[in-house]
Amino acid sequence: MLKMTHLSKVYRTEVVETYALRDFNINVNEGEFVAVTGPSGSGKTTFLTIAGLLETFTGGQYHLDGVEVSNLNDNERSRIRNEKIGFIFQAFNLIPDLNVFDNVEVPLRYRGMKAPERKERIMNALDRVGLASRAKHYPAELSGGQQQRVAIARALAGSPRLLLADEPTGNLDTQMARGVMELLEEIHREGATIVMVTHDPELAARAQRNVHIIDGQVVDLAEDPRFHHAVHQARANSPA
Amino acid sequence: MFAYYLQLGLRSLRKNPLLTALMVMAIGCGVAASMTTYSVFRATSNNPIPQKSSVLYVPQIDNWGPEDAADNKGEPPPAMTYTDAMNLIRDHRARHQTVLYPADLSVVPNDPSMLPFRENSYAWYTDAFAMFDIPFLYGSAWTQDDDNAHADVAVIGRELNDKLFHGANSVGRDISLNGRQYRITGVIDTWNPSPLFFDVVNTNGFDDASEVFIPFTRAVDLKIPTNGNNNCNKDPGPGWDSWIHSECIWLAYWAELPSTADADSYRQYLTGYSAEQQRSGRFHWAPNTRLRNVTEWLDYQKVVPQEAKVSLLVSLGFLLICLVNTVGLLLAKFMKRAPEIGVRRALGASRKEIYAQFLIEAGAIGLAGGLIGLLLTGLGVLGVTLVFEPDIAKLATLDVKLVLLTLLVAVMATVLAAFYPTWRAAQVQPAWQLKSN
Repeated sequence: MLKMTHLSKVYRTEVVETYALRDFNINVNEGEFVAVTGPSGSGKTTFLTIAGLLETFTGGQYHLDGVEVSNLNDNERSRIRNEKIGFIFQAFNLIPDLNVFDNVEVPLRYRGMKAPERKERIMNALDRVGLASRAKHYPAELSGGQQQRVAIARALAGSPRLLLADEPTGNLDTQMARGVMELLEEIHREGATIVMVTHDPELAARAQRNVHIIDGQVVDLAEDPRFHHAVHQARANSPA
Repeated sequence: MFAYYLQLGLRSLRKNPLLTALMVMAIGCGVAASMTTYSVFRATSNNPIPQKSSVLYVPQIDNWGPEDAADNKGEPPPAMTYTDAMNLIRDHRARHQTVLYPADLSVVPNDPSMLPFRENSYAWYTDAFAMFDIPFLYGSAWTQDDDNAHADVAVIGRELNDKLFHGANSVGRDISLNGRQYRITGVIDTWNPSPLFFDVVNTNGFDDASEVFIPFTRAVDLKIPTNGNNNCNKDPGPGWDSWIHSECIWLAYWAELPSTADADSYRQYLTGYSAEQQRSGRFHWAPNTRLRNVTEWLDYQKVVPQEAKVSLLVSLGFLLICLVNTVGLLLAKFMKRAPEIGVRRALGASRKEIYAQFLIEAGAIGLAGGLIGLLLTGLGVLGVTLVFEPDIAKLATLDVKLVLLTLLVAVMATVLAAFYPTWRAAQVQPAWQLKSN
């Protein structure tokens, strides 16, 4: 589903080159739930934005759903983002001027879908996250957990092949975080491929597989003994 | 997507009413100033006879010599002597030709309850009706035989026909002019070219067209004086005959020359005619002639008032300043929405979609500015009398064309002003926006 080979991302200024990702390799299969972990500044979010075609990379190869994406133009990248990828952000990133219904509608508008189909998909997605009754509410009228559920509904409405989540529970309290995580697990069980960036060992433990990043490179989890231990502990405590 | 973007645009405008009002007022004021001055400029620079302006010509012959021509930057006088006009008529080198002058005639109505009144009239040849494409309501022009016979015939205008004959077909009836009966051969329909191209020398170009036309040959027979300019470089001597055979200039001359070859040939003819006058001892200088078509003639006569040009330029400058302000306001407005742009890009909006969304929003602002501008243009058109002469100010009107132009200019100018802010908006890096949130 997602394959990066020897990928690098360099930020250049006049005096210095900073490698955000270096010789980065990852392969995520269809239907997997992968947690990408690592300390702050390790390159997790850069990986996610490149994976989501929001940013270009400097070297290497990236195949998304079998398509090499490095030579795609803006229109083609936008179309792939719209049709194949769903985003869930830490800060929810709902558009404050639009109500819940209109927020979920945004990606469907760019797909050129007819109004009846849009409406059906939106209501299905909201129903799935338990917010169908809040369709006319504005983001400011919802709690953080509800806003994140709206963001998940927006990501799901377009039936993407790949869900990219960047610290999806980072701005939520424990109870709300648990609810959102359960929702993601449910979505995964229904067949979605999910790549979730997190620095929370408990969340990482609930994914099928962990990919650990340090200094822009994928490393063996054993190279970060403290995090490794925390994940191990979380798995041991998990009811499953 | 147009309706969706328009809906988003209107929502965004409602969100910041003060900023929106500032932009709309800036565009409205700029457009109104430009359209008000344009309405005057348009009226004064109008081509009064577009279908024939390139084939109707004014010949000029220098009968005063270099000394007097020096006052006019070497140009021949703008009018013609009776002698030259008659010679040109006689030689008949154009398809149609006429000589004309304005005359003030006294109209005595048949209805005894109506008082006599004066009517500005023109004395010309019958060719003028065909040359100037004058439309007839009843009857037709008098004939060339009438010209040759110096007949007492007349053509009157619709307004005068309404006044004297209550709108009935008056062809064949008589009209009393200066106490003499003239047989009406035709009634012309509404015809009021602006500028009044055929007699800009006497009218400054913006008088109303006349309601009475009589044969030139008959007017001269009856010694009807000109009501226009009469310029002499020396004393013509006493009496009518001395005057019309003097070097005084008082006649307008028009020739219809259908092709460029005809015009070139006519230029050669004018040069040859002047040379002949030189040989005969009348002119003591080399031929100095001109031949200008309608647009060249109006331009040469500076029919468009200087203040109309200046005020248009100033108001366009004002519009530019308003648009620069709008660029700044739009830039602030659009960049404030960088997070939204980041989200939209992440959800599948291409740069093209961002362009479309923000340009349509700018178009909505422009349309609102255009509507305000329309209101202010209406007030401006009413107020042009404060700046321009009444006969020019009356030409400024808010017609359908100006309404559409006002709206179009407002929308186009705002969309143009929005290009830079929109380009900046489309350059927003979604990754950075989403990270920074």
